Amino acid sequence: MTRAELLADDPLWLILIKAVALLALGALATMAMIILERKIVARMQHRPGPNRVGPNGWFQSLADAIKLPFKEQIIPDTADRKVYFLAPIMATIPAFLAFSVIPFGPEVSIFGERTVLQLVDLPVGVLVVLACSSMGVYGIVLAGWSSGSPYPLLGGLRSAAQVISYEIAMGLSIVAVILYAGSLSTGDIVAAQASGWYFYLLFPSFAIFFVSMIGETNRAPFDLPEAESELVGGFHTEYSSMKFALFFLAEYVNMVIVSAMATTLFLGGYMAPWPISLINDNYFNSGWWPLLWFFGKTWVFLFVFIWLRGTLPRMRYDQFMRLGWKVLVPANLVWIVLVVALRAFRSEGEISAGTILISGGIVLVVLIGLSFLLPDRAAPAEDENQVPVTGGGYPVPPLDLTIPSKTPAKPARTRRKREPAAVGSTSAKESKK
Amino acid sequence: MSALLLAQDAAATVTTGEAIAFWILGPLALAGGLGMIFARNAVHSALFLVLTMLSLGVIYLVQQAPFLGFVQIIVYTGAIMMLFLFVLMLVGRDSSDSVVEVLRGQRLWAGVLGVGLAVLIVGAVARSLTDVRPVGLSGDEANGGRGNVANIGDKIFTDYLFPFELTSALLITAAIGAMVLGYVDRHQRGKKTQKETVEARFRGEHDRPSPLPGPGVFATSNSVATPALLPDGSVAPESLSRLIEATAAEKLDSEREAVAGALPGPDARALAPGKEDLP
Repeated sequence: MTRAELLADDPLWLILIKAVALLALGALATMAMIILERKIVARMQHRPGPNRVGPNGWFQSLADAIKLPFKEQIIPDTADRKVYFLAPIMATIPAFLAFSVIPFGPEVSIFGERTVLQLVDLPVGVLVVLACSSMGVYGIVLAGWSSGSPYPLLGGLRSAAQVISYEIAMGLSIVAVILYAGSLSTGDIVAAQASGWYFYLLFPSFAIFFVSMIGETNRAPFDLPEAESELVGGFHTEYSSMKFALFFLAEYVNMVIVSAMATTLFLGGYMAPWPISLINDNYFNSGWWPLLWFFGKTWVFLFVFIWLRGTLPRMRYDQFMRLGWKVLVPANLVWIVLVVALRAFRSEGEISAGTILISGGIVLVVLIGLSFLLPDRAAPAEDENQVPVTGGGYPVPPLDLTIPSKTPAKPARTRRKREPAAVGSTSAKESKK
Repeated sequence: MSALLLAQDAAATVTTGEAIAFWILGPLALAGGLGMIFARNAVHSALFLVLTMLSLGVIYLVQQAPFLGFVQIIVYTGAIMMLFLFVLMLVGRDSSDSVVEVLRGQRLWAGVLGVGLAVLIVGAVARSLTDVRPVGLSGDEANGGRGNVANIGDKIFTDYLFPFELTSALLITAAIGAMVLGYVDRHQRGKKTQKETVEARFRGEHDRPSPLPGPGVFATSNSVATPALLPDGSVAPESLSRLIEATAAEKLDSEREAVAGALPGPDARALAPGKEDLP
């Protein structure tokens, strides 16, 4: 039976168990992720990090998760009430929805019922994740708009532009995977990687997917919608209490989702990694073991998220958009054309891999040779009346600098002069006039 | 043949789940459409349209067209409506419809064309209710035997390749045209380098060679509304933003005068010199 058929005859109680498990997974992963992030970043910065609640501070995010919903809720006067309430919901629900198509494991038996560790295996599973992430942006954009103050609005606008641009790069990087796997269903894509994982077969796709997944989740170094140094808190500046907690939840669940997607698309999903897959005729790839591999790979991605946050400075907004539109998207298109051409040549059958490599090499050499023929960029002509800005490594004032003609304010000493007591005399008042 | 007909009849009947989904999603889509027309606020209008499109997308899913459904959600609600919202937010949150009619007689024509469109749609739907046989799109064997998605890809890239390419060419032309119209003026001279900007600043092409001073950061406050102080203790007026309402740069005028010593001297019975004049 295929995965879809196995899933189709799930009884209702099993579907409910799976749905509740996915909900719990999202919340638990968020809490684990928060405390791990704080601990790891603290270690990278040579400080202890949270160390008060529980053993070594490991229960800190549990305490925060209990505290946050009970804090006072402040709604700004200028907020558009209905949309203000709607925004956190719009951000959170799609994030959890995307969990439903992630394949966590192969066929197992739950209380005697044969099933697959996945809620639903749609023939368009990959598109579900894209659709959910594009719906999730509404939460952020509406939060920015409905708060009724300038910083959140700027954060919301940035986020809209960012997620739309990076979703294009992300969608294109999935195309090569779909071409190789021959299916849009997540389960089939994992099964198609049995002979080789796509992260080395389709490395450019993997690299682009990785960069765009960080851009898509608004994480450092691409966390421009909530850049603390520029926009206070970005789109959630005016949010507090439970609504803020929902945004927090949505952000971290989205990180788990994209990491799980990267695992599914490029790291062989739930399949056992190479040396382990040789043991006992791939015994560790059956039953409940694959769950371990799946979460192991996902947490590797999540660790890299934290690592990047502890390492890289935030990019400037125009650099970030340039990276998306002028580097990732064109590189992706070229790569897709290459993949398609290779597959077309291979299906012809008459052309061997050696021929393709040799002719590709010749084309490359010709291109490099042509690039030498291109004239170098001419140095800009020296301007006659150019003002020297710097000299000898130190800034010097320009030659034609004019001193501002504004008269300087009087020194404070003379102004605040203590006046003699005016008792019995009008001289002090006279002198002022 | 009779087996095929039987299968078609089975597909023609509406299952309970489908009926429930339709009776929930249909009214939602309709409400979204009405809300879009009657909402005062432009962003609310756009959100109602999103509701309609989402409902339609889910109805497609229920009708065994998963690819169409999710593409509807990704393209229409995800990309196009997001662009609408983007533009609306740039325009400003409180901008409502202008009631001035620019086109003369547009209401009449809108009415006529609207009724015509309604007649066309009702005609098409009525025909589909009586004549067209449902083929049944569910399962891997549907639609010629390779599943829905593979068939759509096959059809687009073989039989309908030319219209498909034409459509994409049209879209690209439109996008590039918009960019050319919108950006040529501003970017004709190219972007200034940092060095050129610095030189221009020192030549006096800008108001001042340096950036404006930042807000004051003191032990008592690091708010953006706190003015920076000059070396002589007076307030640096440029450090106050006139855009942020809370700052009220004008409120500080009297304080600035007090620091500058421009206020009248203290009264004979005053305890602190000049204090009672402050707001």
